[in-house]
Amino acid sequence: MTAPLDTEPAAAPAAGPGDERSAYRGVLRYALAKAGGAVLSIGMVIVATFFVFRLIPGDPAIAYTRDVPLSPEQLDLLRHRMGLDKPLMQQFLDFVLRTIRLDFGTSYEYKRPVIDLIGERVGPTMVLVGTGLVISVSLGLWQGTRAAWKHGSRFDRVSTGISLVLWSVPTFWLGLLLLMVFAAGVGPIPGIFPTRGMEDIDAPDGPLYLLHVAHHLVLPCLTLVAVVYAQYLLVMRSSLLDEIGQDYVTTARAKGLRDDEVRRRHAVPNALLPTVTLVFINIGFVVGGAVSVETVYSWPGLGLLFYEAIKGPDFAVMQGTFIVVCTAVIIMNTLADVVYRVLDPRVRSA
Amino acid sequence: MSTTGIAWTRRRRALARFWRGYRRQRAGLYGAAILVAAVVLALLTPLVTDPLGLDVTKATGAKMGAPNLDFPLGTDESGRSVLLMVLWGSRVSLLIGFMAALLSMTIGTVVGIAAGHFRGWMSAVLMRITDWFLVLPSLVLALVLAAILGGGTTTIIVAIGVTSWASTARMIRSQTLSVEARPYIERSRALGAGHWHVMTRHVLPNVAPLVLANTTLQVAHAIVAESTLAFLGADSGQVSWGGLLRGSYDWGAATSGAWWYILAPGLCIVVVVMAFTLCGRALEAVLNPRLRGVPR
Repeated sequence: MTAPLDTEPAAAPAAGPGDERSAYRGVLRYALAKAGGAVLSIGMVIVATFFVFRLIPGDPAIAYTRDVPLSPEQLDLLRHRMGLDKPLMQQFLDFVLRTIRLDFGTSYEYKRPVIDLIGERVGPTMVLVGTGLVISVSLGLWQGTRAAWKHGSRFDRVSTGISLVLWSVPTFWLGLLLLMVFAAGVGPIPGIFPTRGMEDIDAPDGPLYLLHVAHHLVLPCLTLVAVVYAQYLLVMRSSLLDEIGQDYVTTARAKGLRDDEVRRRHAVPNALLPTVTLVFINIGFVVGGAVSVETVYSWPGLGLLFYEAIKGPDFAVMQGTFIVVCTAVIIMNTLADVVYRVLDPRVRSA
Repeated sequence: MSTTGIAWTRRRRALARFWRGYRRQRAGLYGAAILVAAVVLALLTPLVTDPLGLDVTKATGAKMGAPNLDFPLGTDESGRSVLLMVLWGSRVSLLIGFMAALLSMTIGTVVGIAAGHFRGWMSAVLMRITDWFLVLPSLVLALVLAAILGGGTTTIIVAIGVTSWASTARMIRSQTLSVEARPYIERSRALGAGHWHVMTRHVLPNVAPLVLANTTLQVAHAIVAESTLAFLGADSGQVSWGGLLRGSYDWGAATSGAWWYILAPGLCIVVVVMAFTLCGRALEAVLNPRLRGVPR
């Protein structure tokens, strides 16, 4: 995976014009190694998916034609067409080759290619998860910074307390509560947000459409943010607390820098590093949370598709969404490692 | 005094020291109190209530009735008492929480110690697998496992346990590495200690406190995971807190204003999970020397 031609020793931390190039090469080598690891991980997902889905009790051919009674000859023909009569190794190879071509078979439920269904649902999920991530990261980092800088203060205790409570709340339950209070309305409180979906049938066109979707987005997004941002808060808080104890912060203070200048220019940039990884690692978590949120609010994303597939059960759709989601998460994590390495040269390839 | 006598005295002293430390963690004490109460209630439930009330055909209350004197937490869509179901649900939720955490900690500890103790390809393979599990969205993986293995309490325990051990394994591995770097391990090796002896007699006792603290946090995680799985349709076939919330969603409790049906099981989850979290953090603060004196 790494370039074997490069026999130079690892870049020394001395300054110099030639040094930049070898540092750059180090990052490149690191990125290549990480990419190789990611490919291996994705391969493991595909292999695991094949074998896990072979564990399903019952006959996939019968599952596919659940409602239609078929004669044994017709079933045999179907099995043949689904490739179920081939040896296991052959089935496995077929599966891998089809997966690489993004061919996840046909949905039992919709009788349409799974990849088309996934394609339709990616957009709404990205809108929900993307908005949720931006809000929760900025809120969590800001609040975590303030809490750590004034640790022991009331603000610190309150926000740590809130984040502990939110950490304990199941995403879907918070969703149900918000749905009940702000969408259905409780007692004198009228419902002010839509209860389900991303758009109504009478959705307006043009720029108003965005407002319409945003209106639908408020509650699902709020649910996601509430559950996720607490983690950023806690991590930012503890990593900034670590930095505050370091000598360079004392030095910066001793030079007579103003307090918020020490914070903004010295401590926070260093404390930000661990949270960078967390943001990416959390994407997997957010995807999991999105399944619950999308289910509660019937948000037409990948999570809802996955949920409906489990309820079916529609194994072809489950299989396809699982592979796509896992692959996306693995790619994100690999990016995180590389970005981290670029930001923090102290990290040597591990 | 015999050697076992010395060992026991030492253990008793360590326990007393631990308790002195833990007593100073006020939040941890609250958490422990709540946990004891929850476990006692769950154990007493069969003695003081009648499981027949869980039978849909024997239900006596009004459909979706608001709380009243007969039904302090109201009734569900078929007239069963929500309080009764919450009590019985606590048994399943706690059982799955404990068992799944136990399974996850066992896998995590074994993999972590093995990956830290053995060098070379074995460690590399184990860490590759650990990283893989760490990255994959565990809820999605657990849902797939639960859906494929079919319903049942064991399935849910396995699905949660198998998907949540990776972070433990990482932590235990790094702890193992630092323990094995100590000189007395080298001495023990020189005296002829084998892999098994080093791992079980020297490494395991040293990582055990961390394992304990982490187990408490894992139970919290497992209870949330169980409720989410049940809500998303992968339930154990028994009344659990997540299953109740599933029922409330299916019967439109949120849109019809049946707040008691949503509030009661959810609050139980939050309170118990918080109690576990508080205990776990308190244990960590007492047992992990690196955290001593750090404002948390």
